[in-house]
This record gives sequence, C-alpha cells and structure tokens, in this order.
Amino acid sequence: MAGLSNWGNRLHSGETSYPIVQQRKRWLLISLGLVAICIGILLIKGLNPGIDFRGGTEYTLSEVSNVDTAIARDLIKNELPAEEPRIVVVGGDSIRIQLGQLEQSDILDVRQKLAEAYDIAPADVSSTFIGPTWSKDVSNKAIQGLVVFILIVTLVLTAYFRAWRMAVAALVALLHDLVFTVGIYALIGFEVTPASVIGFLTILGYSLYDTVVVFDKVKENTSDLTSQHRYTYAELANLAVNQTLVRSINTSVVALLPVAAILFIGSYMLGAGTLQDISLALFVGMAVGTFSSIFVATPLEVVLRQREPRIAKHNEDVQRAREGGKSDVVREDGTVRVGALQPGHHQGTAAQPRRKRRK
Amino acid sequence: MAGLLWILVIIYGLLGFGVATDKTEITPGLALDLAGGRQIILQAQSLDGSEIDSNDLKQAVEIIRKRVDASGTSEAEISTQGDRNIVVGLPGEPDEATLDLVRKSAQLQFRPVLYVGMPQPTQAGPVGGAAEGADDIERPTPTNPSDPAWITVEVDAQFAALDCTNPENLTNGDLGDPDKALVACRADGASKLILGPVELTGEDVSTASAGPTLNPQTGAPTGGFEVRLDLTGGGGDKFRAVTERLSQTPSPRNQFGILLDGVVITHPQVTTPIPGGKAQITGDFTLKEAEQLANQLKFGAIPLTLELLTDDHISATKGADELRNGLIAGAIGLLLVVIYSMFQYRALGAVTVGSLLIAGGVTYGFITLLSWGLGYRLSLAGVAGLIVAIGITADSFIVYFERVKDELREGRSLQSAVEHGWSRAKRTIIISDVVSFLAAAILYWLAVGSVRGFAFTLGLTTIVDLIVVILFTHPTLVLLARTKFFGEGHRFSGLDPRQLGRDVMYKGRGRVATQTGGAGNAAERGAEGLTLAERKALKAKTRTQSDAGAAVATEEKE
Repeated sequence: MAGLSNWGNRLHSGETSYPIVQQRKRWLLISLGLVAICIGILLIKGLNPGIDFRGGTEYTLSEVSNVDTAIARDLIKNELPAEEPRIVVVGGDSIRIQLGQLEQSDILDVRQKLAEAYDIAPADVSSTFIGPTWSKDVSNKAIQGLVVFILIVTLVLTAYFRAWRMAVAALVALLHDLVFTVGIYALIGFEVTPASVIGFLTILGYSLYDTVVVFDKVKENTSDLTSQHRYTYAELANLAVNQTLVRSINTSVVALLPVAAILFIGSYMLGAGTLQDISLALFVGMAVGTFSSIFVATPLEVVLRQREPRIAKHNEDVQRAREGGKSDVVREDGTVRVGALQPGHHQGTAAQPRRKRRK
Repeated sequence: MAGLLWILVIIYGLLGFGVATDKTEITPGLALDLAGGRQIILQAQSLDGSEIDSNDLKQAVEIIRKRVDASGTSEAEISTQGDRNIVVGLPGEPDEATLDLVRKSAQLQFRPVLYVGMPQPTQAGPVGGAAEGADDIERPTPTNPSDPAWITVEVDAQFAALDCTNPENLTNGDLGDPDKALVACRADGASKLILGPVELTGEDVSTASAGPTLNPQTGAPTGGFEVRLDLTGGGGDKFRAVTERLSQTPSPRNQFGILLDGVVITHPQVTTPIPGGKAQITGDFTLKEAEQLANQLKFGAIPLTLELLTDDHISATKGADELRNGLIAGAIGLLLVVIYSMFQYRALGAVTVGSLLIAGGVTYGFITLLSWGLGYRLSLAGVAGLIVAIGITADSFIVYFERVKDELREGRSLQSAVEHGWSRAKRTIIISDVVSFLAAAILYWLAVGSVRGFAFTLGLTTIVDLIVVILFTHPTLVLLARTKFFGEGHRFSGLDPRQLGRDVMYKGRGRVATQTGGAGNAAERGAEGLTLAERKALKAKTRTQSDAGAAVATEEKE
C-alpha cells in the first residue's frame, strides 16, 4: 500500500493536486447533464414498480424440489383464468409467483393448491397481499420524510458550518445522488420495492455523511482565510478535496464492501428480496455519493461561497498580490502550488505530547 | 475505556440476569419476516373524511388486542404505525377466524330488548318456534321496533338453540340485519336476549365517559359509578323518541340493548324519556367496569373503518433462510472490511477490527436488551441495517486514522499527532454521526413497514459507533502510541512517519530519527538515537570526508 500512502502524502502536501475545484465548471456541467439525462429517462421510461406499488398478491414457495414453473402456470390457468401470473425461480430452490389482487378466499385456496402441486407443506408457502393504497402510503411517507429531513439537516449544517451556502451545496449534492440513483433504476429497469425506498432514503444519510467529512476539511483549511494572502478560497477548498481523497476512497471501499456482500448473497443465494433491494439501491447510491461529495458538493460550495463579500474581496486581494509579483506560490509556468510551503514547519510546543493530568 | 467496560458489564449483566431467571433469551426476538407468521397492516379510514385522532387509533388497537386475546392467540403484536396504520403480527399459522377478528371494524348497535331468557339452550323460545308444527304459527306484522311481533318463528328457533354458556358465543357475535330482530348473548354470559331492529348506531354517539354517580338533589356522590353517554344532535333526537316509547312499554321491553360487535354489553332500563342527547347508565358498576363500558361505547363511536393494506403470510422456512443468508452476508462483509483495513492500515487495522468487534458486541447486547425490555423484534430490514452499519462504523476509524496520519505528515510526534488528530477528527465524526442519526430518526419517525426496522438499527449503530470511537478506539490509540512498536513508527504499524513522507522525526531530547534512505552509508544509519552533540560531530565528519554528492546525514530542524 506504499503506493497509495505515498500518493496520499503528495496529496496532503499539495505536491500532487487535482484541479477539481479549478475545473468546477466542467464538473458541474457534466453533473447537470447527467442529472438532466436521469430526469429525462425517469419521465420517458419511468420506474418499474414492484408488486408493493402495483398492488397484488405474491406467493413464495421455499425449498421446492422441482422448480418447474409450468406446474404453477397451469394451476393458475385452471384456477384463475383471468390472471396473468409472473412466475420466476429465485435462488435455486424457491419460486415466486405474482398475481393481481385476489379475494381473500382465493388467496388461501391457491396457496393450498400450490403447496399440493409442488408437494411442500403449506407452511412453506409465503403469501403476501398488498392493497391498492399501500404504495401511496409508502410514497407519501417517503416524500414527507425527505422534506422533513432536508429542513432539519439544513438547520443543523448551517449551524455547524456557520454558512448556509455550505448546507445548500451539501443538499444539492444529496438531491443529485437521489436523482442519479433513481435514474439508474429507471434506466436499467430494476424493480422499485419498499426495500429500495429504504435504500434511497439511506442514501440521504450516507451522502450527507460523506459530504460533511469533506466540508469539515474545507472549513478547517479556510478557517484563517483572511489572515493570509497566498491562496484563494477556491485553492484551499481544492486542497481540502485532495487531502481527503484517500479518506474518501477508503471510506467508499469500506462502506461498499458489506453492501456488495449483501448484494452478492442476495443475488446468488436468495434471489430478489429485501436484502438485495436495499443493497442494490445503497450500492448505486454510495458510489454516486462518493463521486458527488468530491465533484459536485465542493465545486458548488466554492461557486456559492465566492459570492460572499468577504471571500470575494479576499479573492481580489490575492489576485492583486500575485499580479504585483508579491506572491511566492506562483510557479514559473504560472500555476499555483497550493499547500504548506515547507511541509512540516515547526509546530512549537504543539508538537509536544500533552501533559496528562492525573485524576 | 472504563466507561465502555461499565456499559458492557451493565448490558451483559442485565442480560445474564434475564437469562438466568428465564425472563429472556440470549438471542434477540425475531420479527415475523424472519420467524414466520402472519402480518396484516390495516389502515384506518374515517367515515366522514376527517383527520384521524391518535386516541381513536389507540382505542381501535386496544379493541383488536382484546378480540385477539379473547381468541386465545398468544404473543400477538398489535401496534400503531404512523398516524393511521395498525400493524397486527400473529406468530405461526393463525386460523381465518382469528384473522377475521382483526380485520373487522367495531360495530356499536342500539336495539330495543324484546325478550330476556336464561343462557342455556332451551326447547323453545317465547313463541315456541323450535316446537313441532311451529310453521303454522301466524305472526302479525310489527308496528314499532319494540313490537314482540318481530320475534318470528326463525328468530325464535335461533333463540332456543343459542347457547350463551359457550364462551365462543360471548365474543364477536353476528351483527345481524339492522332492520330485523337479532338474538344475542350478554357479554358476561348471564343471559340471552332477543332484540328488535337497530335504532341507533355508533355514529350517533359522540362520546362516553365514566364517573361517580351523583345524587340529583344534593349533588353528593352516592358511592356508585355510572357511564355518561353523549349523543350527537341527530342521535339525541332519535334517542328521545326511542326512550319515550320504551318508558311506556312493560318490562322487559322497556330495556335498551347496547351491542358491540354483536354481543350485548349492557341493556339498561329506561324509566323516563331522555331528551337533550345526554344519558346516564347507572347500575352496580365498579369504577373499572364503568370505564370499560365507556371505552366500549366510545370505540363503537369511532368513525373508523379499517381497510386492509397488506397481508403477509411468511413461512418460517423462508424467514430462516433469509436470516441465515443475511448473517452470511454480514460475516463476508465484515471479513472484507477486516482484510481491507489490515491491508490499508496494517497493525492499525487491528484497532479497527477490535473496535468493530466491540461495536458488534455492544449492538448485540443493546438489541437483545431492547427485545426483552421494549419488545423490539429484529427484522430482515434490521439485519440489513446492521450490515450496512459495518461500513459506516468503520468509516469513523478511517476518518480518525487519516487525521492522525495528516498530523504525522505535518511533523508531529505520534503521541501529539494522536492528541491533535483526535481533537479534529472528533468534531468531524460527531457532526457526521449527528447527520446520520438524524436521517435514521426521521426515517423511523415517519416510516411505515419494514423501513422502521432498518432505521432503528441504523440509528442504534450510529450511537454505538460514537460510544466505541470515543470510549475504545481513541483510548486504545493513545495507549498504543506509547508503545515502542507504534511510537517509533514500525514499518508495519501503519503509522510509520517515514512512509508518510516525513524523513525526519523529532524524538524529543534533541534527538531525531531519520529515514534510512541513503543505503550503504553507515553514518547515516547510525544517526538514529544520537544526541544533538553527537549528530553535529557526525555531520562535521561526513562533510570533511566527502566533497560533493555526499548526502547530508541528518537534516536538522530548528
């Protein structure tokens, strides 16, 4: 891991630096374009609603020895000719059958007959009936939750960062993640189930979490902004993004590993289910969230905050100093080296271990 | 550290006590989707389109619970969810009769009493409908609801056959045709009655309350208790008309049967017409009985119908499968995280693993305790929340370790880097955990169905994450920073300043450690551990020995 560690060192000192904030127009345009495409797909193609959103009846037959779907198809044809069943084999030894909304008596009847047809105990047949208004309830709650969450988080973040623009940038990144994830769902045609909605809502927390860590570094780097005239706000913010890059990558990998494990287990051992639906949404959302905390949140935050009079004035001051040749950070080719001038300057007494007071 | 130890001791001490006294088990209770069973979600719909009162909903839950308990089903879980849903969980394979109890709305009916008899089945009713040749009995057309002519031959036969000593007939009777006579048992099984057509329903009742009976003259309590019935405007008018008629009718037809779900809960006598829509039911009530009756009346008055939202029939096999796969997924996820942290942070990865294990232990203890104390049930979505939390918990450690590394890059000694890194990382970890927790709390607050189980475990693990990182990870790192292995930045410690781009590390007392970069230079290698004076001498020596191109053995800092 020496490679990544070394890379981390150079990123930290500013020796290596990716001009993410400098190229903010490019990244924001790309993101905007992608979001527009996602919205377009959503509007044209729409989401593929799972049975919970369509309403209907679903049977799951567990531990079936003979996974021949024709048996179920014939049975349904005989019993309920009006129904068009969707029958799939999941996870090797289970069969899932989805039907429209049935009468209570039919549900039990079919359950019994399915168990007989596949020679399993009726207890091994799970059935789910979902009424037509259930989905409305779930979606309403999800939207309500989203709105309340955004309001509260805006307040908390504004209070913590002492800058509402930071909160706004974080929220835009959050919405970006949501739209993007839902867009990918529409594009690929994954079924949207209440479990996927859980996943989408969890992305809220994760996306913000990730963005907050990056912003915290931005805040730290720019805390003494006006007491120096070497670097602009944008340059220091870019340094922060670069310095937290290793963390972002490590975090994403560590967060994605368990999710990937569920996804894998869910797909290969159980077929579609709660676990797989949650993890799929999370997998997509977390990946997008990492991208957005670096390429959307910070560039946008810089765009917004440069409008603050204090930062705008400081920017001008820095530019003036550079044009006047008073700055010592401009390289010969005109680029600016952002970072500590002498890495590891003396820390004074701060470098000494703190005296521990005994209790 | 001590704090964490206390938390663990308390959690597992309580658990141990619970297990030892057979009050709980060492594993958390499982929700229906893992244990198998039947889950029904009902949504309350108000009849008049108005907002649903949370008290009404609670009352509805109370009634459903009573119905289910009366049917002998054990461990049914009935709770409200959100502001209009009722979730009913029944373990195992409940029969359809039990489910019907759950799905039905409460129905309150007021019917005039036509006949009161002993609870046992009889040969024939008052008309003799069960007797032979009963078909020949001519019945006149009834003129008003109190007319005994309502007792037709069929009704009479039903009455004769009804056995009110059988407890099955004391709950959830037939609601009957509202425009015809009905036979029903008294809820306590003391008698059976024939009642006329429905005159008022729950919709005519606005509320009911219980209180001590007051002497109408003096206003002093008489020592008994009564139920006060408040009727709506329309209900009051109907009630006045009915009571006028009943007060003129001979006993037992001067009685008013009040039926909840087809069972007579009370049948008070009417002595005078009651105008004004307010009535008192007095009797030999205890306060508790009066309150129960008032509640029953109120519930019957709730303008709610229950609509079936979902009906899940989960087989125990499927649940067990899902739990097993969830646990396998969790184990694989944990293993991957462990491997990655070892790879990325070397020995420091062990701290991550230790912290994760402790977090796992604390979380498991909490969940098992909550399962005991608050009846929390772990669902599949909850398991998913736990697995996802592995990554989010591990991230706190990453944020912390990366901060410490940053501080090392700045040139601090390890102990100081740990202190400073912590003071910064702490803020980041706290604010990001606050955001995470907020998300979980809001999800929990607003969510329906399985979302709640997920939000719960996610919120819980966020708190556990904070506890562990503050009480375990940081103290451990402080302790480790004092060891030689970490303090001197061993190659595999994960905190080697040389790998972090620091060629020189100040070691205190004027000594510095340097990178053993220029291989072959004995003087350089030996520089580590030299005093300032020795180093100066060494420097002078190397300078004289070699001219250009000789590496400077040590870099001196101010």
